[in-house]
Amino acid sequence: MKSTLLTAVAALLVAGSAMAQDMVRMGTEGAYPPWNFINDSGDVDGFERELGDELCKRAELNCEWVTNEWDSIIPNLVSGNYDAIIAGMSITDERDEVIDFTQPYTPPDPSNYLAASDSADLMGGVIAAQTGTIQAAYVAESGATLVEFATPDETIAAVQNGEADAVLADGSFLAPIAEQNGDLMIVGDAVALGGGVGMGIRESDGDLKGKFDAAIQSMKDDGSLNALIEKWEVSTQW
Amino acid sequence: MFGYCTDPSALEGLAWLACYLTNGKHLTAYASIGTVLLLLAITAPTALTFGFVGASAARSRIAPLRWLGQGYTSIVRGVPDIVFFLFFVIALDQAFEWMRHQVLCPDWNQPVRQGNDFVVCAAAKLPLSTSPQWIHEVYGFFLAVLTFAIVFGAFAANVLFGAMRAVPKAQLETAEAYGMTERQTFWRILVPQMWVFALPGLSNLWMILVKATPLLFLLGVEDIVYWARELGGTKGRIFDYPHPDWRLWYFLALLVFYLSLTQVSEVVLARLTRKLSRGQATFAGEAQRKAAT
Amino acid sequence: MECLDTIADYGLRSIGVGQRLLPKSDFTLCQQITLIGSGLLWNIYFGILALGLGFFFATALAVGKAAQSPMIRKPCEWFIFVFRGSPLFIQFFLAYEAFVILPKEGIEIFGITAETRWLTKAWAGALVVLFLNTSAYSAEIFYGALRSVPKGDLEAADAYGLSGWRRFRRIVWPTMLRLAWPSYTNEAIFLFHATTLVFFSGFPAWQQKGDALYYASYFADKTFNPFVPYPIVAIYFILLTLVVIGIFATINRRLNKHLPGQARRIKYRPQVIR
Repeated sequence: MKSTLLTAVAALLVAGSAMAQDMVRMGTEGAYPPWNFINDSGDVDGFERELGDELCKRAELNCEWVTNEWDSIIPNLVSGNYDAIIAGMSITDERDEVIDFTQPYTPPDPSNYLAASDSADLMGGVIAAQTGTIQAAYVAESGATLVEFATPDETIAAVQNGEADAVLADGSFLAPIAEQNGDLMIVGDAVALGGGVGMGIRESDGDLKGKFDAAIQSMKDDGSLNALIEKWEVSTQW
Repeated sequence: MFGYCTDPSALEGLAWLACYLTNGKHLTAYASIGTVLLLLAITAPTALTFGFVGASAARSRIAPLRWLGQGYTSIVRGVPDIVFFLFFVIALDQAFEWMRHQVLCPDWNQPVRQGNDFVVCAAAKLPLSTSPQWIHEVYGFFLAVLTFAIVFGAFAANVLFGAMRAVPKAQLETAEAYGMTERQTFWRILVPQMWVFALPGLSNLWMILVKATPLLFLLGVEDIVYWARELGGTKGRIFDYPHPDWRLWYFLALLVFYLSLTQVSEVVLARLTRKLSRGQATFAGEAQRKAAT
Repeated sequence: MECLDTIADYGLRSIGVGQRLLPKSDFTLCQQITLIGSGLLWNIYFGILALGLGFFFATALAVGKAAQSPMIRKPCEWFIFVFRGSPLFIQFFLAYEAFVILPKEGIEIFGITAETRWLTKAWAGALVVLFLNTSAYSAEIFYGALRSVPKGDLEAADAYGLSGWRRFRRIVWPTMLRLAWPSYTNEAIFLFHATTLVFFSGFPAWQQKGDALYYASYFADKTFNPFVPYPIVAIYFILLTLVVIGIFATINRRLNKHLPGQARRIKYRPQVIR
């Protein structure tokens, strides 16, 4: 504790110097494996952790990770509690009106239906989705009966206990579940939603957006981004 | 934790469980019990202070002060606490930063609100964006305490207001007859005597406060409910300790935790009531006096 | 006039009448006020039914807790302890988990199949939890009042030859209610506030039919601005609280009508706020 206090005091003393200026706080949800999650030792881990650390290195930024509830992740960004959202957030027009996005770092991840039987009625049945996701908005318009749950876990539980006929979510999230759970399977065709996944940045922070854009571009160019996508099985390749 | 935990996939049965329950994530979760208790320990006196100020204002002779006190108690009590928590923390945070901004950066020429963004100068940021994570956490905790104190202060004000009126008039009149000023009467006679009348209401308030702590995760503080959800959720194969949906067990553990906290509080509060009743001109005080003689 | 259309479209949206799809963009203040107000119907539904049913169960529990026989007293004490001692939020979770375990086909009782599926829906399942919860809290209030019924009242009843049920119905119960009423008013206010937890952390919302808080968080999520919808909910609830206080004060006056000088405005005794 003493040493942390000392470093803190030291950090405060040098505040204002160039190095300290570049401290960037990265906000994530920490509940969406394999994109981002809290690993068994209690740290943020996953595809986006590794990607974010690499981006910060290339952009020569000093990054720090914080977690925030999904519901308030955008209000807290515009309010300045952290500087970037990196939380598997699909680029949509509604979100783009409020915040800026970097260029996408993964192509659109097709959404899939996961059901307990392959005869599930996807257009007229009961479909579960997480509240406030693009999938929930899609189901509401598809004509199916939408049931909304607060967390991804609950949506899966709803299908298992028969509350819902199927769940609509990102394919990369559902694939390992279908693989491990003999009772559940991917059904129907994949649905393309959203415009890829990017980092959310405040609109007034064009400088930071530029730095991350350049870093993502350099990772795309040298193939290291594709390698990461393959390692974590989050999406298709570029 | 234990030496044999290095390869969890090779473990089985109790050994697996022992390692699982002592991994880094669980240790953080256990520490969050401390967070909740600390919050309770800090919030209770703070809320009591808010309540005391509110109640004193509500019975003030100066009309605007009285309206302020009454307005505070009735408005805050009329709103579900959860609604308050959902927007109040961001509002408080922005209010603080705006005030600092006005003081620290007088020659800032850009608007604070740029579209949806709330932008203050770097020096006015709270905490400074250069400060380490633990300062951010302490600040978040401080905001949570303040929000809880404002909400529960309103209820405490209501209880204390009633308690101040319950102190027998004769006591105050006697004080006046002895030549005490209004201020002296308030501090030497009214305040010491009101606690015994306030205690039943305050102990109920304490119980509600204890049960409102699950809402802490709304305020961005990682409390035991946050961890119960996080730890109990299905864990796939990318985790060292994969398991299915175990939220039910974690929530049952929470249930036990809250029931024991309630039980302990009830015992302590009963003792406190006995102590405060001693020598008081109430039914309970009278009974104690009779039993002693 | 556009606003009247919005009210026609969304005024009863929370119970499935009117437009099926919620507004998607260009949110107006009118839409927010209408939809959140429509959601308030659910809060009122849960509040009134849970309170109304809970009132009778709470009376029974309070009498049970005051009973001599431990066979009756102990279960009542435990019931009250468990429901008062744990957060409602956890009760919702455990109840929902329990309800979904119930067999889908229903339970066979004496050859009649009892449907159990509706218990996983908020309108029934959450109501059950809220009913049990408010019963426990009110029972504790009633129990406290029961113990403070003046001895003189009971002696007078004896002198009139009243006993058993008649003594309870005519003497003990009205006095108990009179004593408990201010605290019971507080309990009612708290219960209405607690109904906001139903869709927030307890039960799933079907076809986007939810309560006031559900729609408020929908708007907060779409507009990314928490400073409009949540204060709207707050104002609605302040009004609702005022109505509850008004109704309870009227009943209070009726309860105390025969007592000279007692029919005054309701006074919040500090004693047993929840």
